[in-house]
Amino acid sequence: MGRYAARRLLQMIPIFIGTTLLIFLMVHILPGDPIRAMWGDKAADPAQVAALRHEFGLDQPVWKQYTDYMTNLFQGDFGQTFGGREVIDVMSEAFPVTLRLAALAIIIEIIIGISLGAWAGLRAGKTADTGVLVFTLFVISIPVFVLGYLARFIFADELGWLPPNVQDSTDITQLFLPAFVLAMLSMAYVARLTRTTFAENLRSDYMRTATAKGLPRRRIIGVHLLRNSMIPVITFIGTDIGGFIGGAVITEGIFNVQGVGNVLYRAIQTSEGSTIVGVVTVIVLVILLLNLIIDLLYAVLDPRIRYA
Amino acid sequence: MRGAKSAKWVACAIAVTLAASACGGGGSDSSDDMNKGKADPKGIVTAQLSEPQNPLQPANAKESQGSRVLRTVFSGLVDYKPGSSELENINAESVKPNKDSSVWTVKLKPGWKFHDGTPVTAKSYVDSWNWSANVANNQTNSSWFADIKGYEDVHPEKGKAKSDKMSGLKVVDENTFTISLNSPVSYFAYKLGYDVWAPLPEAFFKDPKAFGQKPIGNGPYKFVSWDHNKLIKVRKFDGYKGPNAAKNGGIDFKNYTTADAAYSDIRSDNLDWIEQVPTTALTNYKQDLGDRAIDEEYSAVQSIVPAFYTKQFKDIDPKVIQGLSMAIDRDTITKKVLHGTRTPADSFVARGVLGHKDGALGDVAKYDPAKAKALIKEGGGVPGNKISIQFNADQDHKPWVDAVCNSIRKAVKVECVGDSKPTFQADLNARDNKQVKSMYRGGWVLDYPVNSNFMRDLYGSKAAGNTSGFSNKEFDELSTKADKAATLDETVKLYQEAEQILVKEMPAIPLWFYKVNSGQSVNILGKIPYGQDGDPIFTDVQVKQK
Repeated sequence: MGRYAARRLLQMIPIFIGTTLLIFLMVHILPGDPIRAMWGDKAADPAQVAALRHEFGLDQPVWKQYTDYMTNLFQGDFGQTFGGREVIDVMSEAFPVTLRLAALAIIIEIIIGISLGAWAGLRAGKTADTGVLVFTLFVISIPVFVLGYLARFIFADELGWLPPNVQDSTDITQLFLPAFVLAMLSMAYVARLTRTTFAENLRSDYMRTATAKGLPRRRIIGVHLLRNSMIPVITFIGTDIGGFIGGAVITEGIFNVQGVGNVLYRAIQTSEGSTIVGVVTVIVLVILLLNLIIDLLYAVLDPRIRYA
Repeated sequence: MRGAKSAKWVACAIAVTLAASACGGGGSDSSDDMNKGKADPKGIVTAQLSEPQNPLQPANAKESQGSRVLRTVFSGLVDYKPGSSELENINAESVKPNKDSSVWTVKLKPGWKFHDGTPVTAKSYVDSWNWSANVANNQTNSSWFADIKGYEDVHPEKGKAKSDKMSGLKVVDENTFTISLNSPVSYFAYKLGYDVWAPLPEAFFKDPKAFGQKPIGNGPYKFVSWDHNKLIKVRKFDGYKGPNAAKNGGIDFKNYTTADAAYSDIRSDNLDWIEQVPTTALTNYKQDLGDRAIDEEYSAVQSIVPAFYTKQFKDIDPKVIQGLSMAIDRDTITKKVLHGTRTPADSFVARGVLGHKDGALGDVAKYDPAKAKALIKEGGGVPGNKISIQFNADQDHKPWVDAVCNSIRKAVKVECVGDSKPTFQADLNARDNKQVKSMYRGGWVLDYPVNSNFMRDLYGSKAAGNTSGFSNKEFDELSTKADKAATLDETVKLYQEAEQILVKEMPAIPLWFYKVNSGQSVNILGKIPYGQDGDPIFTDVQVKQK
């Protein structure tokens, strides 16, 4: 297990270098000169453009920019925004907000998704099951932004239960509606996944054995069935967390959440390389780490799985 | 609005399935009278703002967001009276030119203080300008100081600065200084109203970087805090001595991720002012907001500009461009496609600017397909019988570009297509590198309300804003003469003559003037007053007593 973890950690190095290089190159080929764009429609001052390009190292060849960036990165320096702020400061404001939003969404997804799936799985083929299938199909087929605007329209504009926008992104109670919208799609998948594994495992040998042993139904379902059915679900949720962090752009935009999605969107608009690469690097790291944790969790859930 | 209505029906259908009972009319709450009630001098105004791109230093705030905040924190020598484009002294007691307008003497009102208690002196201005003009300090607005003698020393075209002081600036005494210009400019005082000319306190020079995060100004509001990407707070400065003291207790500039988000907050009164109504709400915002809808023209113009360096327009007879201009149905497009958010342009100079003349373009701005056809034929036709209009697709330009093209195609049978660039940056790049294939979209918002700003700064052969390669000797000579004229009146008049040359030469086809389409919340007393630049005059905004 220890060796397995170490090997996985080592594997992260080339992935890390590869992704940052790719992002770096992509930012580089974005059309237009971000420094020139600071002047807008008005004519830029060539002397000042040259001076600024030099300051941000944009007059260097790409490979030099990349190696400089990586060298600084290993010293903990993420560079500066065009506005002269440390990228690390910008990120340390945005990431907690998005992490909170994602965490809330995961909790909603787990609670509603798994209970809905379990409820349907135990009644496979009955009306309740069909109902859940239809409902999840409905949720899956609606794009996130439609869901977002709908939720805002119903709960804020019409019913007036909630303010239409998040006024303070650091206040977790205000994040409930966006988190719910963010969780909806994955929740539907989790419900379907749980339902299927539940329905399948209900017919498995160990279930029959447990029933034959005369164990109480609560224990059969709560421990035997649930634990064995969770492996695919956990995998899905694990990969989803990374997706939440990166994919919160739309939800954050609709509900005015000042998180990572918002920072990334603006940085792309202004071709601010240091911010884009910095944010994506952190997201890549989070996803890699999460995958590692999920893989390690397998062994806990199913002792038959052992890492050489 | 069609989209919103259908969205509402979908929402209602879903609400019904969810057994929610909330599909009322949802009309506007027009029962409130915005002019009734008393003003609260301590009331806080909340206004929309996007995160400023640059630190809050006067000479660095090229973009509108940062300068919106800076204008509340700093007061310059002069400002413009809204609507009249007249100059008003703010921090200056007087700004007087010598006989030929080449040396200007500025006298300050005594006793002004920065928010940290240090006095505002002649030195505060001179030091600020010298620092801001210096190429080493990387201020995007430094070229504004180019009129001053000795600018080339602190800001050479290449290499390092030879000096850190402009020879044209001299401190006479604590409250007096003189500005010598490279050549006479009769309207130099008008330029001084722009943000970049603000004074800076001693504290700035000790640590410019820290200052940019926490500016200390001399304006009607003092800076309180900048919570990045969220909120900037300014509060009324009680020791303010200028004529434009704040009528409210302060402003909270709130950051919004999208125009839609801001719009829904103004409808629920969580926000008092928005920058611009989102495109999706343009057709119904007046119904939504009732009297609280804002629809005001400001001094900005949009045009399409032929790239004169291309084969197509190199030796073109201006009659062809006049003909193209007459093939555009400005009235219908501004009403139908742009939902009344613009008004058809009838001159090169926007309204509200000194020297603007209604109908200066004459027939050239009128839609007349028959005459348009005749003019194009007389001028030898459009080479290739096809034009394209370059625009950036990251903003909402495609609908009107398509409409303009349609109008031209229909009226004069010239093939016309939109040439979209993915981003504004790519669009600018093509313009700077002279790669525009045929025509491009041009826009200009006033810097100072004198007609020269809409002509010489755009169409002068050597003007910084001239990216089309237009060059006309007669126009250049007349504008030089106008700049050197003894009085401002004469300058303005000569520029009006110059505008007639432009009508003959057609360096661009003016399309329409911009409008602000915005809204205000029920917390505001009366209508929010606007300046010529399309921004509210925040000091005059009054908050209702609760």
